[in-house]
Amino acid sequence: MRMILQEMSSALMRTFLLGAAVAVVVLISLHAGKGAAADPAPVDVKIDNFTFAPQRLIVRAGTTVIWRNRDDIPHAVASSSRLFKSKALDTDDTYAFTLTTAGTYEYFCSLHPQMTGTIVVEDQIGGNAMH
Amino acid sequence: MTNSDTRRDSRMTRRKILECMTWAGTGVLWTISGGVPRSLGLLDDRAFAAQPSGVSFLQISDSHVGFDKPANPNAIGTLEEAIRQIKSLPAKPSFMIHTGDVTHLSKPSEFDDADRIISQAGLDVHYVPGEHDFLDEEVKLYRDRYGRNTKGAGWYSFDADGVHFVGLVNVVNLKAGGLGNLGEEQLAWLRDDLGGRSSSTPIVVFAHIPLWTVYPNWGWGTEDGARALDSLKRFGSVTVLNGHIHQVMQKVEGNVTFHTARSTAFPQPAPGSAPSPGPMKVPDDKLRTLLGITDVTFNLGQQRLAIIDKPLQG
Repeated sequence: MRMILQEMSSALMRTFLLGAAVAVVVLISLHAGKGAAADPAPVDVKIDNFTFAPQRLIVRAGTTVIWRNRDDIPHAVASSSRLFKSKALDTDDTYAFTLTTAGTYEYFCSLHPQMTGTIVVEDQIGGNAMH
Repeated sequence: MTNSDTRRDSRMTRRKILECMTWAGTGVLWTISGGVPRSLGLLDDRAFAAQPSGVSFLQISDSHVGFDKPANPNAIGTLEEAIRQIKSLPAKPSFMIHTGDVTHLSKPSEFDDADRIISQAGLDVHYVPGEHDFLDEEVKLYRDRYGRNTKGAGWYSFDADGVHFVGLVNVVNLKAGGLGNLGEEQLAWLRDDLGGRSSSTPIVVFAHIPLWTVYPNWGWGTEDGARALDSLKRFGSVTVLNGHIHQVMQKVEGNVTFHTARSTAFPQPAPGSAPSPGPMKVPDDKLRTLLGITDVTFNLGQQRLAIIDKPLQG
């Protein structure tokens, strides 16, 4: 393997590595049993004025949700079922979590618990997810 | 404050007049919180005395060391000003309490800076944590520094000059959609702690988030605060000192006086007066009138403690 790589031009090598990366992504998708051609694009949740926006978000399984803190005060994202929990996010810090299984996920700010949000994860958008 | 008051004391300084105006503002805030503004016992002539006649201690709060956003790019500088003000008090207070949010992000350097500045007051300081003091990964920096000889997340009690002081923690294990939280273990400890004491012992309870419900929409209250107050109701004099909301508010309910202190770092809006409780940007020349410290004097035999809020400027 090392010899082959050494003989390849850098352009070829990039192609090879890209191919390998695609193969890994496809394998992960197949392994997750989704059979989807590509992962859904990440979706942003904005933290602004002590609220999560959108407060209720509907995404496809496998979507990475990215929270970004736009306030001058730190916030922290914590799932009510303890599935995920960010560290404290200072201004403009982000936290990402990928939701792989259909369901309804409640979360809140562990510093300001009056701030709450919901993510509904569906196998397919508009499909019959188990809630 | 009436004209006759002004005439009576022709040496009334500008600072004293502004303090008086600040109290007037407090009255407005009482109306907002829906409490009963029975302030006469607190704001009588004793408050104007240059030399407090009883024993006094000092409250500072919400120093947010590390905060550098537009509402106050120099929170370290205003904390230093507050400590200078404490050092220049005509009568040295017995000790100081800090009602939490010592730091902004629980960074080691922030705790170091806070300690270096606050220790310059030359007073013993009794701390309770704010939610901003538990943000480090292992949640240990606050406890290592201030949590010795405390229970649970950092609660404790002590006696000074015949008054029983109780420091509570209501910033951990917060529940989705809820307010500040004391929890069963702490409430049980509080009942035990108060258990053997005579009802005539004056009690001072201090915690970061207000123990009374100031404004639930912004999380300004404590979910099980009423249960703590239940344990306190047999006592003849109870004073509850809080921070968190970065403004002065006061309410009297029976034998209990509730009071929140200003921050030394940045002001926050009055409940419901802004889209969120975030830091409030005010004109530079107004900032120091909204930051400050709180001086508490108690005279044994008096029902209520005299609580005087001193802005950094004015």
